[in-house]
Amino acid sequence: MRTISDGPQYVQPQATAGAPWIEPQFWQVAETRSEAPDVVTLALTPPAPFEFLPGQFNMLYQPGVGEVPISISGDPADAGRILHTIRDVGAVTRALCGLRPGERVGVRGPYGTSWPLAAAEGGDLMIIAGGIGLPPLRPALYRALGERQRFGRVALLYGARTPADLLFPAELRAWRARFDMDVYVTVDAAARDWRGDVGVVPDLVKRARFDPAMTTAFVVGPEIMMRFTVRALRAAGVTDDRIYLSMERNMQCAVAMCGHCQFGPFLVCRDGPVFAYDQLARWFAIREV
Amino acid sequence: MPQTLEPLLRGHKFFAGLEPEYLSLIVDCATNEVFPADSFVFREGEPAETFYLIREGKLALEIAAPGRGAGSGALVIQTLGEGDLAGFSWLIEPHRWEFDGRTVERVRAVRIDGTCLRRKCEEDTRLGYELMRRFAGLSANRLQATRLQLLDVYGHAHNQ
Amino acid sequence: MTEIVDPRQPQLVFPASALDQLLDAIKRRSFRLIGPVVRDGAICYGDITSVSDLPRGWTDDQNAAGYRLRKRDDDALFGYNVGPHSWKQFLFPPHARLSPAERQPDQPFAFIGVRSCELTAIAIQDRVFLGGRHKDPQYETRRDGALIVAVNCGEAGGTCFCASMNAGPRVRDGFDITLTELLGEPGHRFLAEAGTDLGAEILSEAETRTALDEDVSAANAATENAVASMGRAMPEVSLRDLLGDSYDHPRWDDVAARCLTCGNCTMVCPTCFCFSVEDTSGLASTEPGGDPERHRSWDSCFTMDHSYLHGGPVRVSSRSRYRQWMTHKLSTWIDQFGTSGCVGCGRCITWCPAGIDITEEVAAIAADS
Repeated sequence: MRTISDGPQYVQPQATAGAPWIEPQFWQVAETRSEAPDVVTLALTPPAPFEFLPGQFNMLYQPGVGEVPISISGDPADAGRILHTIRDVGAVTRALCGLRPGERVGVRGPYGTSWPLAAAEGGDLMIIAGGIGLPPLRPALYRALGERQRFGRVALLYGARTPADLLFPAELRAWRARFDMDVYVTVDAAARDWRGDVGVVPDLVKRARFDPAMTTAFVVGPEIMMRFTVRALRAAGVTDDRIYLSMERNMQCAVAMCGHCQFGPFLVCRDGPVFAYDQLARWFAIREV
Repeated sequence: MPQTLEPLLRGHKFFAGLEPEYLSLIVDCATNEVFPADSFVFREGEPAETFYLIREGKLALEIAAPGRGAGSGALVIQTLGEGDLAGFSWLIEPHRWEFDGRTVERVRAVRIDGTCLRRKCEEDTRLGYELMRRFAGLSANRLQATRLQLLDVYGHAHNQ
Repeated sequence: MTEIVDPRQPQLVFPASALDQLLDAIKRRSFRLIGPVVRDGAICYGDITSVSDLPRGWTDDQNAAGYRLRKRDDDALFGYNVGPHSWKQFLFPPHARLSPAERQPDQPFAFIGVRSCELTAIAIQDRVFLGGRHKDPQYETRRDGALIVAVNCGEAGGTCFCASMNAGPRVRDGFDITLTELLGEPGHRFLAEAGTDLGAEILSEAETRTALDEDVSAANAATENAVASMGRAMPEVSLRDLLGDSYDHPRWDDVAARCLTCGNCTMVCPTCFCFSVEDTSGLASTEPGGDPERHRSWDSCFTMDHSYLHGGPVRVSSRSRYRQWMTHKLSTWIDQFGTSGCVGCGRCITWCPAGIDITEEVAAIAADS
């Protein structure tokens, strides 16, 4: 099993069996779980132990419908059960969300760059998620908690639209109950029965306790949320080279050939989806790039 | 007693950097309060002559919304905690609370008498300027957060 | 680019009348010959069997938004430049079925008449489809077997600027055989050079003689003429840096007012590689989702769908889409693949209905940066 100290931050394991990129393998659905009204986690069984790094994604394929990139959302230590948390936003994701145990999914991967946990070692780690941004971060959190002694403070900051949209509530409660981790959760709007915070994620950053000089932050969420969260992190003193984001663009081949996932000089499928903010900063400032 | 509140004011984020002589002026208008959980600190429409510096606990700004809020009839638009400030309406006509303020957990706060403080600001306009500056900053942050909430960034793709 | 490097193989000469011997030697090796042909009022690439299929005595007059064929007053077989087609349509066809796997052509291609800019373009696409962590199997199959008979241009086309893109006019490498057509005394002939053992073998089956100094100088003169007749150039600055710093330049608004976002430039460009993947269920099947197929087709960054994400495209305005095309071609391609995406062939200028000239746009941006 790979540990945090293995290799430089962007190690890329071999894609599925080195097969031509156009050929997915078919994996069976072991289990499905409804996380929110429009979010489902699929647990898939790979034909052989499948290693991936936190932050990487697979292309999931439904014959006749299409193929989409989905971040792997489970524990990298579990190579026999690969989780994907999927939000129903279109024809392919709807088909994936409707799968039942025993049915099959085409899988190609893993692709992309990973969260640089090694770079965060020795300091504080802040994992900041907005909405459907939590699944791509969860593998990093699992790995960090699995090697907890390598970090100072570990904090999870998580925002969602309403309490009903919070993903993995049982795990959130379990994480909150730990003594070696801070959990801050907020929602955009709530009814009175919600006893937690109401407000935006950047305001959580203002409230969290951390040492900016020693902090590495991993941020995923809608682009607007990421931009304002980065602003709050920078205002608090976290430097651009210690802030990492996961970017999203239209992705069709995942192998740096179809040209769709371009973001300025980057191909998100190959140079991302995880990027250091200092690489991206100037591109964020340009509209429609 | 008012004299013992000066350290509390000095320690609160809102007054960071304010000159000690101004702090002693403000202390004259301050009292210490504790609100039990699930109690109303202020209600929409009531005269707003005070504001609160929250030292501990969680205060929810709520709007009464008949038929919404999953049967509770109220929506929470923001929660405030340690280091936050609740209440701008004491500064702005017609001095009425815009929202309900209800404690989620027990809240310890310093209550500042707005009428008292407004009088002191008129006497010493520099104090007035320092407070306005801080309130303007808070309002801007609050507005930005509200805008982000309004954008419904986590909403469904087909709603955008 | 006028410098003639020492040949690796002895240069040979054969008369124009012997070109068919060369083509026959290639046919005997079971290649499918593709070469220039006159079709639909342009010089396109299609199947050929002999010299009689070539555009003998034709030339092209090209300028921004203009292309016309014109008869020459000689019998030159390669007396034109490049038309709307490029070789990418054979190596990377406009439509292909990805699964179920499509049968790849049995016969490897022999491309006859590949210009230096086109050879450079093929090398650029090689990097995209073969040079990364993953190879494209269809491109690899078509590319691996392909035989390249290149041709040195003796004259620049109306919209050419290969010299300033360091992509010509003289062919450097990546070929099996290179020909330079010579029309003067002592007669219509070709100077030939082999770049591979296979090329040398094929040449040995035509009636060749060793090149004389006068043949070589005539070939050099042809190249010099090509350089001298080039009517356009990119400015001698780092295009990567210039465009990388100019995303907010007002010139983009100017070109957006003219650009129709028709995408012609991306269709004719020999390096554009964007493709979209489509999934269908076969119509004939009775099973729900039965007979699934995956296809790919050429796509263009000018389409609204190209950057589609979460309910809308990222690049909505025509300004942003033109900017994407040009900055990708000249600047970010270098970051992504290590080379420029442009070979200076001029097709995008010729085939743009609005006559937008990429060299003019760059010059305008360079002028006040």
